[in-house]
Amino acid sequence: MTKPDSVIDGAAIIPGETRGSVVVLDEALSFWGGFDAESGLVIDEYHPQRGTRLSGRVVVLPEGRGSSSASSVIAEAARLGTAPAAFVVRRSDEILATGAVVAAELYGRPLPIVKVDAEGWERAAAATELAVAADGTLTVS
Amino acid sequence: MVRLDDRDQALIDGDQGEGVAMAMRIVVRIAEAMQAASLLDITGAHIDSCLYHGRSGIDFVERLAVGGTKVVVPTTLNVSSLDLLHPELYRGDTTVADESRQLMRGYEALGAEPTWTCAPYQRAQRPRFGEHVVWAESNAIVFANSVLGARTHRYGDFIDICAAVTGRAPAAGLHLDDARRATVVVELDGLRPELLDSDVLAPVLGYVVGAIAGNEVPAIVGLPPDQPEHRLKALGAAAASSGGVGMFHAVGSTPEAPTLDAATQGRPVRTERVGVEQLRAARDRLMPGIGLPLGAVSLGTPHYSVEEFRRFVELLDGRRVASAVAVYANTSREVWHEVQLRGWAEPLLAAGVQPVTDTCTYITPVMAPFDGVALTDSAKWAHYAPGNLGVDVAFASVEDCVESAVAGEVRSVTDHWWRP
Repeated sequence: MTKPDSVIDGAAIIPGETRGSVVVLDEALSFWGGFDAESGLVIDEYHPQRGTRLSGRVVVLPEGRGSSSASSVIAEAARLGTAPAAFVVRRSDEILATGAVVAAELYGRPLPIVKVDAEGWERAAAATELAVAADGTLTVS
Repeated sequence: MVRLDDRDQALIDGDQGEGVAMAMRIVVRIAEAMQAASLLDITGAHIDSCLYHGRSGIDFVERLAVGGTKVVVPTTLNVSSLDLLHPELYRGDTTVADESRQLMRGYEALGAEPTWTCAPYQRAQRPRFGEHVVWAESNAIVFANSVLGARTHRYGDFIDICAAVTGRAPAAGLHLDDARRATVVVELDGLRPELLDSDVLAPVLGYVVGAIAGNEVPAIVGLPPDQPEHRLKALGAAAASSGGVGMFHAVGSTPEAPTLDAATQGRPVRTERVGVEQLRAARDRLMPGIGLPLGAVSLGTPHYSVEEFRRFVELLDGRRVASAVAVYANTSREVWHEVQLRGWAEPLLAAGVQPVTDTCTYITPVMAPFDGVALTDSAKWAHYAPGNLGVDVAFASVEDCVESAVAGEVRSVTDHWWRP
């Protein structure tokens, strides 16, 4: 049985269920120094999506980058209600994952992280809205 | 699935209290994300979570403390937002200062040592070769792995203290031999001997290496053997700023790279050649503010070592810095104490140098407002300060920083090292 075109296989790095509109980051982002937890905006001067709002959206990005403090910024965004709904990544990133786990522990807000392959990433990036299932399966809607 | 032993399960079940149970849940979740088969024992931890990023940090440490939680391995604390020895320097919001202090106290109450330094590897007690530790703070991670031969993955906030209170870490990533293998070789090509023998090469080379390596482990070939620690520190800090480098090998200097073959574990890798042109271009990218009048000088990111202070005092050679230029030297309270014992603090203060301890000039508002460019001998500072502080920066050799500070204007006495 073949899967419908609307389904993208993914691995649940941090499991959780959610859905949201898609925002694509063309380059890796360090959430410390690159994302403002108060406003929910990308603030990295050199990032192509500078000024983009990530709050409540399914963020499709290559990977996190840089600083140890990114975990704290994600937890703070969860506290303020400005965190993304989910991350879809090419490479697993423990610093991003730690922020998501702590956000869930402290504020009961699941922040799933799904790892996909190159083709899956392209398809996720082309979607307008994505639903994330607990097993990491993405559904385009 | 991560295989847990009876001790791990007991912690999850709450035998040591609710805080430790939460910490163990987090360690296991991250171990799952890293696809670790099991956990391993650690001998120490270095905590970055003590730097304030908002109320959530306090929420976390308060939850962690429930049940009388204490660290179970020797644990050091990274820089915070406050200089407790020079509190008068702080120019920020008082609520942020109060909450930062609350966060710092929270980590002290867990039994961590109030070291407040990003360079815990400059302490007398530091991890030995082969020891497993959990360190956060990117420059400390890269130093522990590369220079000490200790083993830590690239950890971020929260997991650092969770490991410290459980004594456990995922058996994955840079803890294991396979991930420590160099997968890209950076070969230096045709540099002048003056440049190869200078302190200014290391941060610029690190900045280039980070861009080449990304998240990979690079091996550097062509540096003179037995590089001193302050150069390896600057190299790693820069590589962890321009890239996600958690470990590098400098063949002939770092302990897991007596030969290139040892660094690559005998497997084939790609090679990138780096010559003076590419290094100059990287240096120039770190000098966007060059051409502006001199406003300030910030040294010591990562925190200056005793050796770096020795050189700084020698370069000053009894001269004062120009009165219009504020000169800051970031260091740890322990290194500053040693500087005092050696009799260098008095001449430095008399010269007009402002020491900054427990924190760093690029993460908290301690620098007095200035017009013009901030010179720095740190590629990491030059990388982050424009975004963090909104200032114009220029990277320079420490020799140029000192000559400029004394002259009150930007001077370059080392530019000829960079000729082809």
